[in-house]
Amino acid sequence: MTDPTTTTPATTQGSSHAAAASAGATSTGTGTGATPASESGIDGMGPNNTSPTADSNLTDGADILHQQPGMTVHLTGRAASEALPEKPNGIIRCEDVNVYYGNFRAVTGVNLDFGFNEITALIGPSGCGKSTLLRSLNRMNDLVEGARVEGKVTFQGADMYAPEVDAIEVRRRIGMVFQKPNPFPKSIYDNIAYGPRVTGMKVSSMDDLVEEALTKAALWTEVKDKLKQSAFGLSGGQQQRLCIARTIAVKPDVILMDEPCSALDPIATVRIEDLMHDLRKEYTIVIVTHNMQQAARVADRTAFFTALADEGTGDRTGVLVEYAKTSKIFESPDDQRTEDYISGRFG
Amino acid sequence: MTLVKESGGPASAPGRQAQTQFKGRKRYGELIIITVLRSAAILTVLTTIGIVLALLIPALGFFQQVPVTDFLFGDRWAPRFADASFGVIPLITATIWTTCIALLVAIPIGLGAAVLLSEYAKPGLRKVLKPILEILAGVPTVVYGYFALTFVQGTIFRDWLKLETGAFSVLAAGLVMGVMIVPTIASISEDAMNAVPQSLRQGSAALGANRMQTSIRVVFPAALSGIVAAVVLGVSRAIGETMIVALAAGNQARIVGGPLEEGQTMTGFIANAALGDSRVGSLEYDTLFAVGLLLFFVTLLINFISIQFVRRFREEY
Ligand SMILES: Nc1ncnc2c1ncn2[C@@H]1O[C@H](COP(=O)(O)OP(=O)(O)OP(=O)(O)O)[C@@H](O)[C@H]1O
Ligand SMILES: [Mg+2]
Repeated sequence: MTDPTTTTPATTQGSSHAAAASAGATSTGTGTGATPASESGIDGMGPNNTSPTADSNLTDGADILHQQPGMTVHLTGRAASEALPEKPNGIIRCEDVNVYYGNFRAVTGVNLDFGFNEITALIGPSGCGKSTLLRSLNRMNDLVEGARVEGKVTFQGADMYAPEVDAIEVRRRIGMVFQKPNPFPKSIYDNIAYGPRVTGMKVSSMDDLVEEALTKAALWTEVKDKLKQSAFGLSGGQQQRLCIARTIAVKPDVILMDEPCSALDPIATVRIEDLMHDLRKEYTIVIVTHNMQQAARVADRTAFFTALADEGTGDRTGVLVEYAKTSKIFESPDDQRTEDYISGRFG
Repeated sequence: MTLVKESGGPASAPGRQAQTQFKGRKRYGELIIITVLRSAAILTVLTTIGIVLALLIPALGFFQQVPVTDFLFGDRWAPRFADASFGVIPLITATIWTTCIALLVAIPIGLGAAVLLSEYAKPGLRKVLKPILEILAGVPTVVYGYFALTFVQGTIFRDWLKLETGAFSVLAAGLVMGVMIVPTIASISEDAMNAVPQSLRQGSAALGANRMQTSIRVVFPAALSGIVAAVVLGVSRAIGETMIVALAAGNQARIVGGPLEEGQTMTGFIANAALGDSRVGSLEYDTLFAVGLLLFFVTLLINFISIQFVRRFREEY
């Protein structure tokens, strides 16, 4: 923030891409130090930017970012060795998914594959069904009165809505972090230990597990001396990291995050974004966000949704407009609506 | 002088301005409301003080004639006999029996019903069940009393089960009293559990907890203060309940050794004696207040313990 070189060049560029990059640079600027400089550096950009039109705007942005060691993590993230495949391998796969609340169809005809160890962002205007779709990826919709999922959602090839499937087992494999931090009114330690305890995980040492989860969530150093204190004594950002740690503790395969940073300040946001990059090595992450810069910074792929009026009823229902690598969505989207939304002309 | 000037001088200028700027009308409506509310609060406190005094003064008269230790630790209760004895232990044993039996019924069923209503029932079912529960709480206790005496003790215990019991038993009174308290405990603890934020349940579910685990490990501790309040209210009602025990537990003041025996509880004695013709100011009359005062202290003690319990174990959200 204080370093003028990070902000000035970006702001001189009029385009929205540069603006996105600039916002990224500024907010990480405040967080530098929290993030170790990535060895992969800018190289990672290569496989991510397969499109030859990888346009100058973003390259410029990346150059600016290059001056900020912390930032390289953000736009590149991925090391060259783990190049982003052309197509997601579909650890979770949605086939013609419709989600209803009673008679109201909130989401219509979504076909979407999520990639293993990738971060996928779901973006789109308010009310287009992002949260609804996200909740149907781990059967959290079962808890919502009147919610019903049509179509097929598979996890590692298995239909998670099949009658013999235990929703509780699904949620153990596919965890969720919510918009508002929701720690339990228990101690920090018990918050982490809760999941392993209720799911009957065989744990050799709960203390070690708690430490591991908190370390992965970049919270250990801040709370290691007050594990027995109430989680409510933590700041909002710490609480959200605690909720992430709590989710990690049950060792899920996928973590769903519904606007995890919307209640947090920029510094806390950057910490969580950094965390997501670290977590990607072991987990698949799906994140809903209203923050375009955040999607650009963290996601490997981005899905853009919008709400359309249903031909029959006239109700507005959410549809998937475009799904591609984040670089493509932000640089050269196929659909005009995506472009309009990204550039802030709509939504 | 300088001091006055300093504080009054520079400060008064903006102060005066502000005053002229914000000079508003008095809010009489608000004043009236505050006055009414304040009087209500004062009235409550005064009533309590009045009750304590009304109990304390005759009770002190009683304790001038009967030593406190004889009263608290004596094991023969015979206030009307020629060789009168005022040991309250028999009354206490009967009260303990009926109260414990009632709570053994009411706490599990009441809390179970609360968990069912708040955590398992669909909103539609809840809307139907909750008012029914609350209506049950409004059935007059004399109805429960006759139910305990004639049906539970008479028909079930004696006719059907052929139990060796007389016309009364603390078991019949306790069981029916438990049923009477169920709605109180269920309704209040259901309110407390319902007030626990949905986000906590979602968080728990997202970690792979089932409903029972979520209810017991997250919702229950979070609602603990309300649940304890419900149980304490239940205990207080059990200890203080008069009609059921007066009708069904019996009126022989003796130490109760088993659930099928009859016995007179503290409240049972008060009800009985109050119906009698004891002269105001007589020792027998004052006895009522001594027992009443004891009841008052027991209830106070339970409240105090429960507050400590909640402080210790509450998981506040
Ligand atoms: N529990 C519910 N019951 C009924 N309708 C609901 C429920 N939750 C969401 N909806 C409706 O479903 C539609 C999609 O809602 P959803 O919360 O998924 O949108 P969103 O894209 O997450 O929006 P936002 O960005 O504002 O969070 C909206 O029209 C909303 O009113
Ligand atoms: Mg949402």
